[in-house]
Amino acid sequence: MIATRDAYGQTLAELGEENAAVVVLDADLSGSTKTSVFAKKFPERFFNMGIAEANMVGTAAGLAAAGKIPFLSTFAIFAAGRGWEQIRQSLAYPKANVKVVATHGGITVGEDGGSHQSVEDIAIMRAIPNMTVIVPADGPETAKAIRAAAAYKGPVYVRLGRNKVPTVTVEDAPFEIGKGTQLADGNDLTFVTTGLMTAQALAAAKLLATEGISARVVHLATIKPLDGEILLKAARETGAIVTAEEHSVVGGLGGAVAEYLSENCPVPLRRIGINDRFGLSGKAEELIKYFGLMPADLAEAGREIVAKKRG
Amino acid sequence: MERTSVNSETISSLEEKARQLRVDIVKTLHKSQSGHTGGSLSAIDMVAALYFHVMRHKPADPKWEGRDRFVLCKGHAAPALYVALAEAGYFPKEDLMMLRRLGSHLQGHPDSKQTPGVEVCTGSLGQGLSMANGLALGLRLDGSESRVYALLGDGELQEGQVWEAAMAAGHYKLDNLCALIDVNRLQIDGEVAKVMNVEPVADKFAAFGWEVIDIDGHDMKAIVAALEQAATVKGKPTAIVARTVKGKGVSFFENKASYHGVAPSDEELPKALECLGEQCNL
Repeated sequence: MIATRDAYGQTLAELGEENAAVVVLDADLSGSTKTSVFAKKFPERFFNMGIAEANMVGTAAGLAAAGKIPFLSTFAIFAAGRGWEQIRQSLAYPKANVKVVATHGGITVGEDGGSHQSVEDIAIMRAIPNMTVIVPADGPETAKAIRAAAAYKGPVYVRLGRNKVPTVTVEDAPFEIGKGTQLADGNDLTFVTTGLMTAQALAAAKLLATEGISARVVHLATIKPLDGEILLKAARETGAIVTAEEHSVVGGLGGAVAEYLSENCPVPLRRIGINDRFGLSGKAEELIKYFGLMPADLAEAGREIVAKKRG
Repeated sequence: MERTSVNSETISSLEEKARQLRVDIVKTLHKSQSGHTGGSLSAIDMVAALYFHVMRHKPADPKWEGRDRFVLCKGHAAPALYVALAEAGYFPKEDLMMLRRLGSHLQGHPDSKQTPGVEVCTGSLGQGLSMANGLALGLRLDGSESRVYALLGDGELQEGQVWEAAMAAGHYKLDNLCALIDVNRLQIDGEVAKVMNVEPVADKFAAFGWEVIDIDGHDMKAIVAALEQAATVKGKPTAIVARTVKGKGVSFFENKASYHGVAPSDEELPKALECLGEQCNL
């Protein structure tokens, strides 16, 4: 169990060692985003921009124009939300080589409440041309994703979480931007998931197996570009899709999958996520239950969609 | 303040260069029938001084490492930048006649992916100074002697991000950065002072830790002297607050907010060129 933000902090410090072009910016949250690990090792390449996210994004664009590989971090709501138009104009439009690594995505931010819980960031980042959007499932995958982002030339948005999550991906499997991974095989339906919901889907698949329903689990760490091949295969072979994300059902993973499959292989589909509403204060595990993101909730959606498919 | 190492001959030739560039701006905008006339004409003396005297750059090698960087924060004055780049030789002057047309590399606002010599994408006001800061930080990390010049509008100062950037440039003591503020006192909806007052501009930059030089933005000698002085300032960025006239050089465009985003008409073209001391044989 490790928080994806902790894996990020560690990997970023390693990258700093390996590549002198890596520079890091934060907006007064370096202790929380874990960029502080890099800051301690490489103070001359770390820029605290204060509580001014718009300027942080623009500064990162300038650093990239000077040949650096800037990573900028703050909470998802401030990075994607406050910085949206700056990300669009200063990063995505010129294809600037900047990595926006946003921590504290989704409702598991917990006690800080709805003001701090970004449930729209995947949707709004995905809508911007030239953007790559990555939501790793666990610590080891985060480490690989951060390295892949650093190696990729262009703007990348990586969404990380606050809390410790179990490792569900295969540790020695390579990470490729734009490629999904099948983590469990099945024929009756496919859970298509991202971020911490992949662990929930694997647990849901186990629940359904006891009832004789065979659920496939496809983890999409990259939401843009979308892995159409793995989705098409899943839709054709299992005939039913349940998406699950710690994000609004509007425009995120579920939206992306629905867009793709409705044009290419329409099958019964359900989207699990935050149902077009804001988050709330509470403990992360309470909120996961409250918003219906538990394995039991996914299993119930699985049963329903299999029944629908069988008509 | 107006002491400069430059002789009067150089000043005269820069003044003539600025006049020619004004002619190019008017012709370019007349051809495109779309674009921002007033703010291009108010800024062009500063652009001329930068591209034809102050900045180190190689038009034949736009990505030359040792170059100084220019960021046109007020991206709608793109014609001022494009005519200077064309005159310097970054691309053929004929390209100017394709401004804002489908298929042209000259977009409505500066696009670094398309136009040789354009460093960053600007046009959404308020974002350019942040990018200039990033360039200055990056160049400083590399031990580069290159300088960064950012040209802002006074209306643009209404954007909050400008002040985030001003604060950061002061905090990081970016003495390789020089911002030029084109204070032409007009914006789309009218007088800056009436729409949303930004004065006292000089005091604001000074309060954020900048060296401030107040000049007449159409006095070539003063412009060159200010830019030379800025290069000697240590431990802080410099803001040149340039008092200008929107539409400068074409009498019937001058001080008119209505010419902010309007191109010269067929009827206005010969009169405008006449104002600029140019024969019209179109």
